[in-house]
Amino acid sequence: MSCCGTAFTLPSDARDFAAPLDPKAEELRHAGRQAPDGTVTYVLSVPSIRCGACLSAIESGLQPLPGIVSVRVNLTLRRVTIVMASAEISPATITTALDRLGYPGTPVDLGDLETLGSRRESARLLTALAIAGFGAANIMLLSVSVWSGADDATRDLFHLVSGLIAIPTVAIAGQPFFRSAASALRAGRLNMDVPISLAVLLALAMSLYESLTSGAEAYFDAAVTLIFFLLIGRFLDQLMRERARSAVVAISRLAARGATLLADGEARYVPLDEVRPGMVLRVTAGERMPVDARVLSGHSELDRSLVTGESTPVAVAPGARVEAGTLNMSGALDVEALTTADDSFLAEIVRMMEAAEAGRGRYVRVADRMARIYAPAVHLLAAGTFLVWMLMTGGDWYHSLYAAIAVLIVTCPCALGLAVPVVHVIGAARLFEAGILMKDGTALERLAEIDTTLFDKTGTLTTGTPRVASADDMPDTGSDVARALAQRSNHPASLAIRHHLGRGPVAELEAIREWPGSGIEATWHGRRVRLGRAAWTAEIAEGHAPAEDGVAFAIEGGTTASFRLEETLRTEARKAAAALRDAGLATELLSGDGQVAVRRVAGELGISDASSGQSPSAKIERIRALQAAGANVLMVGDGLNDAPSLAAADVSMAPASACDAGRLAADFVFTRESLRSVPFAHGIALRAKRLVQQNFGLAIAYNCIAVPLAMAGLVTPLVAAIAMSASSIVVVANSLRLSGGGFGGTSARLSDDAGAKRSPAVGPAAEALA
Amino acid sequence: MNVLLILVPIALLLGMAGLAAFLWTVRTRQYEDLDGAAWRILDDEEPRRGHQK
Repeated sequence: MSCCGTAFTLPSDARDFAAPLDPKAEELRHAGRQAPDGTVTYVLSVPSIRCGACLSAIESGLQPLPGIVSVRVNLTLRRVTIVMASAEISPATITTALDRLGYPGTPVDLGDLETLGSRRESARLLTALAIAGFGAANIMLLSVSVWSGADDATRDLFHLVSGLIAIPTVAIAGQPFFRSAASALRAGRLNMDVPISLAVLLALAMSLYESLTSGAEAYFDAAVTLIFFLLIGRFLDQLMRERARSAVVAISRLAARGATLLADGEARYVPLDEVRPGMVLRVTAGERMPVDARVLSGHSELDRSLVTGESTPVAVAPGARVEAGTLNMSGALDVEALTTADDSFLAEIVRMMEAAEAGRGRYVRVADRMARIYAPAVHLLAAGTFLVWMLMTGGDWYHSLYAAIAVLIVTCPCALGLAVPVVHVIGAARLFEAGILMKDGTALERLAEIDTTLFDKTGTLTTGTPRVASADDMPDTGSDVARALAQRSNHPASLAIRHHLGRGPVAELEAIREWPGSGIEATWHGRRVRLGRAAWTAEIAEGHAPAEDGVAFAIEGGTTASFRLEETLRTEARKAAAALRDAGLATELLSGDGQVAVRRVAGELGISDASSGQSPSAKIERIRALQAAGANVLMVGDGLNDAPSLAAADVSMAPASACDAGRLAADFVFTRESLRSVPFAHGIALRAKRLVQQNFGLAIAYNCIAVPLAMAGLVTPLVAAIAMSASSIVVVANSLRLSGGGFGGTSARLSDDAGAKRSPAVGPAAEALA
Repeated sequence: MNVLLILVPIALLLGMAGLAAFLWTVRTRQYEDLDGAAWRILDDEEPRRGHQK
C-alpha cells in the first residue's frame, strides 16, 4: 500500500512456467550503466511519487534489499537512482519491490537523459550567474565609491581593482552569450547575443583603457551588471524547461524492448528488433503486445486504447488479431507474430508523430522575432552615432567611440532579455498552482494565438470510467451479493457498480471465478450468482434475457437485474466548453468512438461540430485542413491514438490520466479532474501575451529616452547603471501582475489520482471502499 | 588610503569565499532536488545503511 493510492493489481496468471521471466527487469538490466568500480546504476521514472512520505517509503523499502549500495529518490523529477554492487545481481528485485510498495517504475535509459548532474545546462548557467553576481556586486561596491567622489589615486585604484574583477568575470560568465553570438555569426545571421557580446567586450576594452590612463569614467559595472541581469532571464527559462519536461514525462517505452519467445518448450527473452513473423511469443498480463500478432491460445482482455482511444477492455480468443502496443490485461496469451517491430501499427503511429512534430519546429519565438529587428537596429544606431560624432568633432575618435559604446550599452537588452522569460516563468508558476504543467515558454505563446479547439472524447471530455445511470431494483440480499461480486474485479464496469451500490453488508461467497470477457461467477448458499455480460448472466436466471447487452446481475433461479452504464463527463465540462465559446473559440469534437456516444456527449456540451469513428490519421487530416484554412488549432486529447494529432496541432493539452505518449506529445498536462483547466490556461496565455507586449513597450520607451541621451554623450556609467537596473526592475514588476483569477491555488483538488497510470477507475472505487 | 588597502582585499576575499561555497553547492548537485531536500530535513526516520554483498 502506498501513502498516495493503491496500486493497480491484476489477477495473477495461474499457469506457471519453467523459467519465470520478468520483462521489466530485463529492460532495466539493459538500461543500466556500469561504473569503473563494478557497480551498476539504474534510473527509474516513478510518476506516482507525489509527496515526501513517498520518498521515505521508497528509500526505506529498497535500501534493505540484497546487493543495493544506495538508493536515492529525486522528488522534483520523480526518479529513483539505484546503485547495485555488481552487474551479476538481477535488478528484478527492484522492480518487484517497487510494485509491491505501490510505486511502479519504468526504466529510464541513461542515454535518453540529456541532463546528468552538474553538466546540465541549467547548472552551468547557475554557475555563470553566481560568478556574474559576485562580480557585479563587488564592482558596484567600488563604483559607488567612485561616483560618491573618490578621485585621483583612490579612483584609479578602484578602477584597476574593478578591472581585475571584471576580466575573469566576463570571461567566464559571458561564455553563454559569446558562444551563441559566434554560432549565429558563423551562420551569417544576427541574434540578440551579438550586440550584447559586442557591448560587453567593447565596454570592457574601453574601461581598461580608461583605467590604465587614469581616466575619469569606467564602465566595468555596466558590462558586468548587464551580463548578470541577462543570465537571470536565461537561467529561469532553462530551469523551467528542464523541470517541466522531467515532471511531465514518464519516460517509458511505447513498446517493450523485447519479448518472451517460446521455442522448443523454453522461454527466452529476445530484443524487439529480432522478432520475426511466425515466432511464437508469450505475452503475460500487464505486458504490451510487442508486434502485431494473432492469438494462438489463451483468453484475455485487451486494452485497445492505442487503436480506438477506448480503454474498455475487449475480450480476445484464439484466432483474434491484435495490434502492437495494446495492453494485455487479464490472462497470459500465446501469440504468433505477424509483423516485425518496424512494420507494426505502433511503429506507424510513432512515424506519424515524428512527422507531425517536425512541422512544429518552425514556430519562431516572439523574443527571436524581436531580436531580428533589434540587433540590426542597435548596430546601425551605434555605427551612426560613431560617424556623426566623428564628423562633428572632426576626427576625435576617442569621444566618438565613447558615445557609440554608450549607445550599445544603454540600448539595454536586459529589459528585452527579461521581458519574455520572466512572464513565462510566472505564467508557468500560476499554471502549476492550478495543476497545469507546461512544457516550455513557446507553448504559452502559441496558446494565446489559437482560435479553434478540438476535443477528443474518451478520457478527455469523459473520465473513461463508466457510471451507473440507472439500475433495476434488487432485494437487499441481492445487493449484498452483487457488492461482494463487484469487489472481486477491477473491470471498470464492476468499479462503477461498486460505487453505485455504496457501502453495506457484503455477502460471503465461495468458488469465486472471473471469466474474461463475460464476468464474475460465485456460489452463494449453494446457488450460483453471476455479475457480468447480460446474455451470460441470463443463462442462470429465470425469465427472458434482457433486450440490450449491458451489465447484469442474477442469482440462479431468480430474475436478472440490469445496470445501465453511461460515461461520466469530466467535472465542469459543460462550463469549460461554454467558457471557450465565450472566449470566441470554435469548438469541435473528434472521436474514434461510435456515433451514438459521440452525439450524446456533443449534445450535452453544446458542441455542434462532432465527428465519430476518426482514426489517428483522419484526426491529423482534420487538423491540417483547419490549419490550411488559416486557423490555429488547440488539440485536447489523451489516448495513444491522439498522440500524432497532439503533435500536429499548433498547441496541445492532455489530462494527466493520458497514456505516456499522450503526455510526451502534449504541450500542457493538466492534473486536476476539472476540464476548466483548458479555458483557464487559455486565459493565462492571453494575459501573458498582453504582458509581454507591455514589457516590450516599456523596453522600447526606455530606449527612446536613453538612446538620445547616449548619442549626445550624456550617459555616464552611473546613469547607465541606474537606467539598466530601473528598466529591468520595471519589466519584472510588470510581469508579476500576471494573475490566475479564481481557478488555481487552494481551490478543491479533485482526485489527483488521475496521475496514476492505467487506473483512473481506482480513484472513485477507493473512495467507495474507504 | 591605508585602510582601503586592507579593507578592499578583505572584502574581495570574503566575497570569493562566498562564491566558492556557492559553486561547491552547485557542483555537489544540491540544487537538483529542492523538493526532496525540503522533505529530508523534516524526515524523522533513521537512515538505514544498506549492506554490500
